[in-house]
Amino acid sequence: MTVNLWKYAAPQAFYPLAGRLAPWFLALAAALAAAGLYVGLFVAPTDFQQGESYRIIFVHVPAAWMSMFIYVVMASWCAVGLILNTRLSFMMALALAPTGAMFTFIALWSGSLWGKPTWGAWWVWDARLTSELILLFLYIGFMALHAAIDDVRRADRAAALLALVGVVNVPIIYFSVKWWNTLHQGASVSLTRAPSMAATMLVGMLIMSLAAWMYAIAASLYRLRSVILEREAHVDWVRQLPEVSA
Amino acid sequence: MSWANPQAFFAMGGYAMYVWGSYGLAAVCIALELWLLRRRRRTLLRTLGRTSGERESE
Repeated sequence: MTVNLWKYAAPQAFYPLAGRLAPWFLALAAALAAAGLYVGLFVAPTDFQQGESYRIIFVHVPAAWMSMFIYVVMASWCAVGLILNTRLSFMMALALAPTGAMFTFIALWSGSLWGKPTWGAWWVWDARLTSELILLFLYIGFMALHAAIDDVRRADRAAALLALVGVVNVPIIYFSVKWWNTLHQGASVSLTRAPSMAATMLVGMLIMSLAAWMYAIAASLYRLRSVILEREAHVDWVRQLPEVSA
Repeated sequence: MSWANPQAFFAMGGYAMYVWGSYGLAAVCIALELWLLRRRRRTLLRTLGRTSGERESE
């Protein structure tokens, strides 16, 4: 069987597909989160330096990873939209932004709750923290700019441009702990050397990150369905949907 | 299992406010997002249903 993937570039074709996929990703996210929380809270040992406060890691690191990853995916869809002029790409970017902003917010807030007991400060203007805060402003700026322009096609293009310029910030966040002297610790997990943490801690963190990833896919697919309906409200296929005509 | 009793689990070695604060915040954010997504879809379907009804009656 051959599936023509290009077919799904049409909002009309992707709408039902997104509806079928989203619940599976949500269920997967819930199952992974349950497993990750079990490993993180019951299996992983107490940290010999930080005591139990380190368990914030199972929320903080997945949220921080997703905040950067979603931004890169969002900007990629913007690039695809600008180059190929595909409407669905811009809708994807728009559907990702609020979830990305939410993860950025969680990363910042949980980081603050971690910073207080370990550094003695809720917030410091250090490179990692400041660049992550800028990421939150980029998400908010993207959504605000899109909302401020009435013509949807112009809004798509302007916001896409903003998202693409903002991509510079992502490597700055990631490498900030190497480039500058910061209070924030360096990466505990890297591709080039063994992770500097207990195996069960690492496993818990990775499972939670997968859960966050699956959740982000589910939430953005649900949002995408609403974005599609809003934009195609006047088109016949929307009018003929059972959930609309009933 | 690294906990002697349930109290020790909830106390988080004295870091209860920070640890449970983080977990709680994440849970609230996710619940809120899912609720907002649901509300957005319902409102949208209601509006679309109403306008498509108007069109048919024209």
